[in-house]
Formats: sequence, structure tokens, C-alpha cells
Amino acid sequence: MNKNRLRRTMMFAPGNNPSMIQDAHIYGADSIMMDLEDSVALAQKDAARLLVYNALKSCNYGNTELVVRVNPLSTPYGMQDIEAVVRAGVHVVRMPKTETAQDVVECDEQITRVERECGREVGSTLIMAAIESALGVVNAYAIATASPRMMGIALGAEDYSANLKTNRSKEGIELLLARQTIVVAARAAGIDALDTVFSDLNDMEGFANEIKLIKQLGFDGKSVINPRQIPIVHNIFAPESQQIEKSLNIIRAMQEATAKGSGVISLKGKMIDRPVLLRAQRTIDLAIASGIISKDELYGYEVENNG
Amino acid sequence: MLKSASAGTLESGDIYIEVSPIIEHKIDVKLTSIVAQQFGKRIKQIIIDEIAKRDLNGISVNVVDKGARDCTVKARINAVLNRAMDTEVIKWD
Repeated sequence: MNKNRLRRTMMFAPGNNPSMIQDAHIYGADSIMMDLEDSVALAQKDAARLLVYNALKSCNYGNTELVVRVNPLSTPYGMQDIEAVVRAGVHVVRMPKTETAQDVVECDEQITRVERECGREVGSTLIMAAIESALGVVNAYAIATASPRMMGIALGAEDYSANLKTNRSKEGIELLLARQTIVVAARAAGIDALDTVFSDLNDMEGFANEIKLIKQLGFDGKSVINPRQIPIVHNIFAPESQQIEKSLNIIRAMQEATAKGSGVISLKGKMIDRPVLLRAQRTIDLAIASGIISKDELYGYEVENNG
Repeated sequence: MLKSASAGTLESGDIYIEVSPIIEHKIDVKLTSIVAQQFGKRIKQIIIDEIAKRDLNGISVNVVDKGARDCTVKARINAVLNRAMDTEVIKWD
């Protein structure tokens, strides 16, 4: 599975709704998150699990990353959810309400057991953890580094706000510490940071403002609950033309240095260090994903450089 | 052994399935579907195949299809059979 990929949008799909489970990918989200937890009534947990299992096994989701939010292992459903989705080939298991590194370790152990039993490559199923409490925020870095399967941590703001004994505001001031802690922990661990959902579908301006905020804070992307939210996130995350031009030049300089066998990359007399190169690569990935430049343009540079 | 049970919904893209035990040794499937003419035979076959995998006989199946795809039919028939047999033991294939 690809740990390092674009995750600007993770589209939520209720696990017991066949239409949404089968079609969630057609709206262009980078990842879809099928939910077996909060959106499924207790009496329907068994049916939703089978629905997600069969959809994962037989539907063609193209290049979309497939994530399933399972029930906590402390409930009677969590184990069976992991059993089903790992066997079905899910890319990422999303753990809800993660509070300690031990939660991740236990999930990892169960995934490893199922991978062995069904013949799937051990380690091929990734984990992302949703942090939804004060304790989870305090332990964010320990959670982020608890398993080599970890690909990201996400904020679950509703439960977190309730746990703080406050409520969510439009400005999100109550979430600031949690958001920054999650981004810092994710960066320190070398994994992704995903922001919480924005539930008011009638307030697209408020939604756009929140995207600008979380982009500036350093998040990789956001969980979305409606297809209408996807293009707004993608547009705000799309790099500007000047930035793309600069990044293309950096990539070109890197390719020239590689062709010459040089370990030092320089552009217009200035040395390019690794963080600048990584940022340029991410900008190019975003520009391609946003449809601003095509892969062909990039290949053009490669051909030119190699020639 | 087998009790009456149901699974699924009447929402678009879903399928609602009820099963109940009958005395005769047969699998009796009654299907109502908006696409019965095109896909009725296929839907029935998926249902019969899944029942046969469990060696069940003497079962009446009432199905209302709302345009479910094969994977949904398979998921719902297995959910209802688990409920009717009072088991959560799933044979993964």
C-alpha cells in the first residue's frame, strides 16, 4: 500500500448504505472512508460489515484509497470488523477514539493475525488513528509512532469538544491546540495529518474559511461528508502558478544533477536542500492531482533532462 | 434451527430480504424487482447459491429489490441467513 500519497479529501460513506458505499469514489475524493462505527445502528452492525466486505471485494474503485472506520476493539464489533475488512483487502483501517499508543498496538496485532490467516502480506494494511479526546491529543506523538503501519492521524472534533466541556464554534478556537498538536505530531512521525469534518452544508463560505485555516496550519487534507465539499477543498489546496513554475524548475534541477551524477542540486547558483525539494515534489503532486499540469508535462522535463 | 429474519432496506440501490422456515424441502424464492425482467434470474441465482453454500433446505425467501448490485445482494442474503441461523460465524470466501 502507498503510505505517501495525496489525501486532500477523505469522503465519508455510511457503511450500511449500498449506493453510497458503491459510488462514493465517483466524486473524485482522494480517499473514501466507509464507516462501520457511528453512522451504523447497533442492530445493523452485522449487515453493514457484510456490505462493506462484499463491496471492497468486488467493486472497482480505481485509484481511490479505501479506508474503513471500524468499531473500537473494546466493543463486540471491532474484532469482527477488522477480520472482515483486512480479508477484503482494505488499504487503511481507521481506528476511532484512539487515546493511547497501546490502542494502536492492539489493533496492529489483530491486523497482523488476520493478514497471516488470510495470506495477505504482513504489514500491507495501513492504520490511521482518529484522536477524539484530550487524552488522545496529549498522546498524539506516541499514537503516531506506535506502529509502522501508521499513515496518518486525524482530529475528531465533535467528541473532542464534548470531552473538553465546550462546543464547536465557527472560528474553531477551541480546536486550535488539538489541531496544532496533531500536525506537529504527524510531521515529527513522518505521517499525514487530517482535519475533522465540517457539518454545516449550508455554510460553504465557513467551510472554505476552515479549509484555508487548516491548510495554513499544515494539514494534508480534510474529512468531508458531502460530494459538494470536495472541489472546494481541492481548489484551496491547489498550488498557484508561480509556485508550480518554481517547483518545476527545482525538479528539473534535481533531474539534471542526477543525470550528471552530482549529489548537489543547484538552481540559479543557489543550493537546493532536501526540505525545499520535498516541498517542490508535493507542489507538483498537488498540481497534477488538481489538473493544473499533466503528467506528460513532467515527463517532458524528464525526457529533456535525460536526453 | 432456522428462524424468520430479515435484512436490507427498501432504499434505492438496496434489496430487502425476508426468510422463514417451511416444511417442504425446497428453496422458494419470490422476487419483486424494478429490474426483474433484466436481472431477476441473476438475483435469484445469487440468493440460491448462497443458501446452497450453507446446505439449507426448507426455506422461503421473499425479496424486494430496488436495483441492488450483485455485491449488495450477496451481502444482504448472507446477513439475513446469519440472523436466521443465529450465527455470526462467517465463511470468508
